[in-house]
Amino acid sequence: MDMKEQPYVLIKQGSEAKIYSGSFHGKPCLVKERFPKRYRHPQLDREISTQRLKNEVRSLVRCRLAGVHAPTVYCVNMELNHIMMEHIVDGVTVKDYIKDPTSKSNLDQLASTIGTTIGLLHSQNIIHGDLTTSNMLIRSGDISKLTMIDFGLSFIDHSAEDKGVDLYVLERAMLSTHPNSESLFEVILKSYLKTNKKDGKETLKKLDEIRLRGRKRSMAG
Amino acid sequence: MVVSIGFEGSANKLGIGIVRDGIVLANPRRTFITPPGEGFKPVDTANHHQLNIVLLLKEALDEAKIDPHEIDVVCYTKGPGLGSPLVSVAVFARTVSQLWGKPIIGVNHCIGHIEMARLITGAQNPIVLYVSGGNTQIIAYSQKRYRIFGETVDIAVGNCLDRFARLLKLSNHPSPGHNIEQLAKNGKIYVPLPYVVKGMDMSFSGVLTYIEDFATTLQEYTVEDLCFSLQETVFAMLVETTERAMAHCGAQEVLICGGVGCNIRLQEMMAEMCKERGAKVFATDERFCIDNGAMIAHAGAEMFNVGVLTSWEDTFCTQRYRTDEVEVKWRNDV
Repeated sequence: MDMKEQPYVLIKQGSEAKIYSGSFHGKPCLVKERFPKRYRHPQLDREISTQRLKNEVRSLVRCRLAGVHAPTVYCVNMELNHIMMEHIVDGVTVKDYIKDPTSKSNLDQLASTIGTTIGLLHSQNIIHGDLTTSNMLIRSGDISKLTMIDFGLSFIDHSAEDKGVDLYVLERAMLSTHPNSESLFEVILKSYLKTNKKDGKETLKKLDEIRLRGRKRSMAG
Repeated sequence: MVVSIGFEGSANKLGIGIVRDGIVLANPRRTFITPPGEGFKPVDTANHHQLNIVLLLKEALDEAKIDPHEIDVVCYTKGPGLGSPLVSVAVFARTVSQLWGKPIIGVNHCIGHIEMARLITGAQNPIVLYVSGGNTQIIAYSQKRYRIFGETVDIAVGNCLDRFARLLKLSNHPSPGHNIEQLAKNGKIYVPLPYVVKGMDMSFSGVLTYIEDFATTLQEYTVEDLCFSLQETVFAMLVETTERAMAHCGAQEVLICGGVGCNIRLQEMMAEMCKERGAKVFATDERFCIDNGAMIAHAGAEMFNVGVLTSWEDTFCTQRYRTDEVEVKWRNDV
């Protein structure tokens, strides 16, 4: 697939890739291009880009096994570091949804859906790596199902440590992005525990451990 | 017109600054420097501060040409930091506050860094990368707090650099980080090191452990190569997580502060990242990046201006005092 053949439009520059939109055999399509980061040493940059591209595609495909909605992968170009995938056009990020004052009453239900979704990912050993409310989409206002996006930092691992860090990253991102969302995170953990029967308990124990580690960091400097 | 004096001694730097309405009148500093291969111990550091603080105060007052009665408020670092050095300086600040009959304010050290850097650079509402020997945080202001979006999950980046320097017995003068930076300029070969990023968080302890194994068997790589590779790796982690926070918050400015922030290579890498996004980077030099008294005086003045004072029984110190615990009453933006 040559991007030059048809018009692809740059729609977003994330922290590690440029996102273009266009069409793939008539379907709305996104191209995620990992362009060389000039601030990074070329050798390091190459390694990171290749590794992350592979991990991202693996996780996206594995999401199907877990029963988690995620963009369908259409095509991968390892030379250009391109992933072509389904463009979810009717999605609203959970971040925008929570910040919208009209959606207050549904937040507990939404939190429960978030917990279930992460529980499903973790029971298939998919570590998302960058769980934030910007990386979860609600389609057509239906909060009973989430679409997870941006698996750029994801990897497959069965350890409770990595799953715990995944939840910790989400907790930190939620508290900083949405002040006073402690109770929502409680709901998330509750439904997470229900879904991830395999090692949910162990993961939450690890999470407590990791929280203490982070807290300690308020030291000299 | 407010004249404030700030006392800082949370780590191995002792600083006293005098600030009048955002203008730094004096900002002398003394650094406790240990022999190569050794870090600074809290008790020795506290002794250093106690021995130097009286003369340093005289120096600050003379340089600023200010008489104690012209000072409106005494500010000191309440935390976070090392216990005994913090307490030594706080006792001194309480004493002069009573001697001169002036009100006193306990200032959060991290807030001091942020407010000073904002004053010097004129950055409006930046994503703040605060990097030092004890702290590594990515901070953004929202709803009256400096909120921590990203952070190290274990040791601080400056601690990683300091301990690496100790391992190689590099000089601690003027600072271990400075010497690593100079050596890194002559590094040629890039040694792959663990690169650990978790969303907006990162980890540095694994890099240190990994490089410990190398440092003792230096046949293949030179010291310069190791310094170069360490900087390239850990700074890339900092820039990447900062960029992720910018994308997440929709920010167009970055402000670098804290001791590691005066590293030119880090500033260059950050500028390169910002160029690609059409964003702006702000940084200061070692006068204000490294711990100093003026930053405590300035942040204290901001608090004083909106009527925040510390009551006598609250003028204690706390080793753990998180950036987001302070209500930012002096900022009115959303």
